[in-house]
Amino acid sequence: MWCIIESKSRDQFQEELVIRPLHSGDIYASFQFRTLWDTDFLQERQKVSHYRLFPKSLGQVLSKFSVRELHISFTQGFWRTMQWGQPFIPSPPGAELWVWFHDTVSDVDGNWKELTNVLSGIFCASLNFIDLTNTVQPSASFKPLGLGNATDHRFLRYATLPREIVCTENLTPWKKLLPCGSKAGLSVLLKSEKLFHSSFHSQAVHIRPVCQDEQCTSKAWELRQTLNVVFDLYTSGQGKKEWSLFKMFSRTLTEACPLATSSKVYVDITDNPELFELSPATPLLSQAVVLGDRRTYSVFDLTRAEMFGQLRSLNLLLRDMLRPLLHAERYVAGFGLQTGEIHTVIYNNHPYRAFPVLLMDSVPWYLQLYIHTLTVTSKSRDNKPSYIHYQPAKDRHRPHLLEMLIQLPPHSMTEVTVQFERALLKWTEYTPDPNHGFYVGSSVVSALVPSMVAMNTNFTQDQPLFSSFVPVKEESSYFVRVYTEPLLVNLPTPDFSMPYNVICLTCTVVAVGYGSFYNLLTRTFQVDEPSLPLAKRLANLIRRIRGVPLLA
Amino acid sequence: MGLLSDPNRRKALTNLLTRLNAPICMVCYLAAIVWFMGLAFEPFTLRTYMSENAMGSTMVEERFSSGERALSLAKEFDAHKRKAGGMPVEWLVKAMQARGLEVFTQSFSRKLPFPDENKERYMVRGTNVYGILRAPRAPRTEALVITAPCSPGNSDNQAVGLLLALAQYFRNQIFWAKDIIFLVNEHDLIGMQAWLEGYHHTNITGMEYSPLQGRAGSIQAALSLELSSDVITSLDLILEGLNGQLPNLDLANLFYAFCQKLGVLCTIQGKLQRNDWDTAEGYTHAAQTMMLMVLKQACGRSWGDHGLFLRYHIEAASIRGINGFRHYKMDVATIGRLLEGMVRKLNNLLERLHQSYFFYLLPSLSRFVSIGYYMPAFGLLAVILLLRALDLWVNLGAPALEAVDGVTEAEQPSGPGVLTVLTPVVISHLTGVALYLLPVHLQEMAVEHFPVSETEAVVLTAVAIYTAGLALPHNTQRLLSGEGTEQGWKVLKLTALLYLAVLLGCTALINFSLGFVLAVTLVPITASMTPHMPKALSALAMVLLSPAFTILYCVFIYQELIEAPVSVGEGWMLFLSVISQGILDHALYGSLVYPLLALFIYPCWLMFWNILFWS
Repeated sequence: MWCIIESKSRDQFQEELVIRPLHSGDIYASFQFRTLWDTDFLQERQKVSHYRLFPKSLGQVLSKFSVRELHISFTQGFWRTMQWGQPFIPSPPGAELWVWFHDTVSDVDGNWKELTNVLSGIFCASLNFIDLTNTVQPSASFKPLGLGNATDHRFLRYATLPREIVCTENLTPWKKLLPCGSKAGLSVLLKSEKLFHSSFHSQAVHIRPVCQDEQCTSKAWELRQTLNVVFDLYTSGQGKKEWSLFKMFSRTLTEACPLATSSKVYVDITDNPELFELSPATPLLSQAVVLGDRRTYSVFDLTRAEMFGQLRSLNLLLRDMLRPLLHAERYVAGFGLQTGEIHTVIYNNHPYRAFPVLLMDSVPWYLQLYIHTLTVTSKSRDNKPSYIHYQPAKDRHRPHLLEMLIQLPPHSMTEVTVQFERALLKWTEYTPDPNHGFYVGSSVVSALVPSMVAMNTNFTQDQPLFSSFVPVKEESSYFVRVYTEPLLVNLPTPDFSMPYNVICLTCTVVAVGYGSFYNLLTRTFQVDEPSLPLAKRLANLIRRIRGVPLLA
Repeated sequence: MGLLSDPNRRKALTNLLTRLNAPICMVCYLAAIVWFMGLAFEPFTLRTYMSENAMGSTMVEERFSSGERALSLAKEFDAHKRKAGGMPVEWLVKAMQARGLEVFTQSFSRKLPFPDENKERYMVRGTNVYGILRAPRAPRTEALVITAPCSPGNSDNQAVGLLLALAQYFRNQIFWAKDIIFLVNEHDLIGMQAWLEGYHHTNITGMEYSPLQGRAGSIQAALSLELSSDVITSLDLILEGLNGQLPNLDLANLFYAFCQKLGVLCTIQGKLQRNDWDTAEGYTHAAQTMMLMVLKQACGRSWGDHGLFLRYHIEAASIRGINGFRHYKMDVATIGRLLEGMVRKLNNLLERLHQSYFFYLLPSLSRFVSIGYYMPAFGLLAVILLLRALDLWVNLGAPALEAVDGVTEAEQPSGPGVLTVLTPVVISHLTGVALYLLPVHLQEMAVEHFPVSETEAVVLTAVAIYTAGLALPHNTQRLLSGEGTEQGWKVLKLTALLYLAVLLGCTALINFSLGFVLAVTLVPITASMTPHMPKALSALAMVLLSPAFTILYCVFIYQELIEAPVSVGEGWMLFLSVISQGILDHALYGSLVYPLLALFIYPCWLMFWNILFWS
């Protein structure tokens, strides 16, 4: 007992909830839980067996598979960028997993395969469906977010499962990773019956190595668990634009997690603060620059005892929102079951700045891309990408990977199109519901978007979590990742309900047609002697015995 | 299969077929007609049933009750429509936004190849307004569409009102798994075509439209509403789409199931169902319903706004409210409940509708004839062509056999030259090409020289070219150097018969009704045509059974069946308008009936016309 306290463990736990009323009248609630594990991950040979706040199940996975960085997200629903603006941490519909391995790993594919299976067990998800046919190694789009400057994308693996359905069975193991579980602190709000009665639900786990302090004298593992929910006030509020923690989560906060060093609730009051009537009022205001926008937040510090007994209900009114500077969408064009065209449309809404974006597309092999038809047009003119990385698919082995660096002109719409042909699958390769269609994962647009206000590049300990996930390197821009919607594409599908009829028909055709033709082709024809009258035959018999020529 | 390899038995079979050719053909023809008419007889048909599991087992409870609101919205829409003199875009956008939808507009314009006199339009310019209800926690991969037209005058206001009321009600529900698109389209099918082409980013008809800003993934099903009065006595289901395509039968079953559940009178082809199948009237009623479906399907046009969805593999149907003079009346709330139920069941779909039939005929809403039952009727007709071809083949082969014996070795004709057969074929097809191209392209010249409108010019040019084609045999003869031989016409007829068989066979596979109607009129005359028949009489018979007259008969029969018989003069005017509509459908929506008739069926018929005048 003493030694645990005296071991000068600098493990930390912080929790945070940001509530942001959205333009559309919906409420965006974003939870972040950050656990720091003070251990030297670079000496991976050293066996680490002491866990305090960091979940043991994940720690063991990290050391066993030599993981350098791990990002996994489960999302149900689609983030509506045009209505809701940018999320703090973006994620595509379904499940997404990307992992950087240590450069000492020799069999990356083997580790990846095992890792997905283990994670599948930990999160009760179908991550075991990740295999080489849907895994890619992006060359530029997914750089490590933590310490270290790994550039060799051979150690990166990226996969999405757009079909993955997220529900309570994924939430429970996720909550178990928290030091306080769902017993105390902000996590008491995470009740599944309310979280899944929403317009959008996304939960994620990000593990990466970070600096322990500003000078980066020591390093630590950081585990960030994030959960983003958008509540639809229209359906739940009976038209009233009014909300409270209790209405959203059917719980109120009673205490901070005792293990947490900080536990805060932020409410975004940037626009028209006079229209808000926030109860209880808080004297604490905080400014944060996030996603290129300076915003003001009311802060409720749960570690201070006087907050409780009051924080029950928060009321507010509607306000306007900044138009998102970067926005992307995607659809399939054309009709029929032979060919089609994938259109990806990227909007740059910045009034005067052009900026480059990285577009990453991973398309399953059964859509055979015609890469020569790839066109990129902005403002109805050809826009030549400055960097293209294309890895063609191999049937049944790996998907297409297309990465491009495209310059987006200011205030423009850029359209990327590529034609494809739908492959005819083998009959065992169809899913049990082939007529539902086949999913193509979201494409990813990553960009450094020019910021309207100066970004904060200083690293401070008491920065709110929601503004510190992606390290800011320069003042003039910030990093944004936008996911497009996944696609549902119909492939030519045989009528599986009549294999019997088909077998019967084919067999009949083969038997009747082929049989008789084969018979005709292989038979040797002989001129048939017309049968002679009986008398002649008798005469011939006698002649044969006598050895005289026979009668005709 | 010893038949093929045993020369004796083969000879016996061919002998039998050539000797009994004519009687067999007659029997086949009669059997085909009888078989077809028998399809409407109830004991021979199957009862419809829901094949799709996702729609069958889940019962839904309908709670839509804002019928009054729908009617007041309809009135408001009407007022704004009158004020705007067309689509009240601003009002509609606001109305949809107020209901919590993501709203987008699409403007389009289209210049028709020639003025449409039925709908009085030439330069069309309009705007579609649509709102998307985003399903919670759904990744925008699937969608359902509900449409209502913004029609001129008083019609279809209630459809738009109901659409908006449904949008409001649906927005408050949590159970949606697919996005729902509420679309109000202007200029009926033209607007729909613009929207669908915009949604799928295709352009097959030269429409000008602005690109769509909002999409919702792949559309699974669509319902089109047509309501023009506050009280409705029955609902009519319209299935026939472009090129005779039909939606999956489960969509019709779904409609029927909810009509039964809510006690709503439902009709198909505007005809109520009767229970007395064993009486003559009952049978006639079913036969009439089926004949109407055959005629509508055969003409290959879209009979409601839903028809254009089918090209994109989206199951769609139109639901039209009928206000007859029956006692039984129902309000808009009931129709709203019916639609709510249908949309909720479609929302439950896990896969596209694919379980049930895509090829069927409906003698009533609860009975259907599947492809396996109606195809033999066509098969019997097609067999006639093949039998005649076989007969000719044997005939052509017979002299060659004699030649081997050395009897006619001296003057061995090396068969009719390729030229003899090829010339009529090519010339007939050139006439077909002229019939296809000239009417639309020559309209300006025709309007300059004759006192007719553009539409009349197009139609009359078509009729003129069609008639001019009848003079063809004489011109063909002049082109041919030599005398037409006996063998010449036989080879030509053999070619033409096989050609017709292939044509009709392919047509019937895609659009059974069109194939069958053409076969019924073309087969008897083409099968029996020889140059040795009395010229005048057989020429008259041939003309009376030509494709154009088939259309004319169809017009009269159709009018008779919908209980609006017309006089000969009116019939003629209708016939002309049908031709202009056919050409317009081809240009505007890509209907294939006009090119099929002009480029293939008519030239094929001309080949037989050539044979008649063979000399």
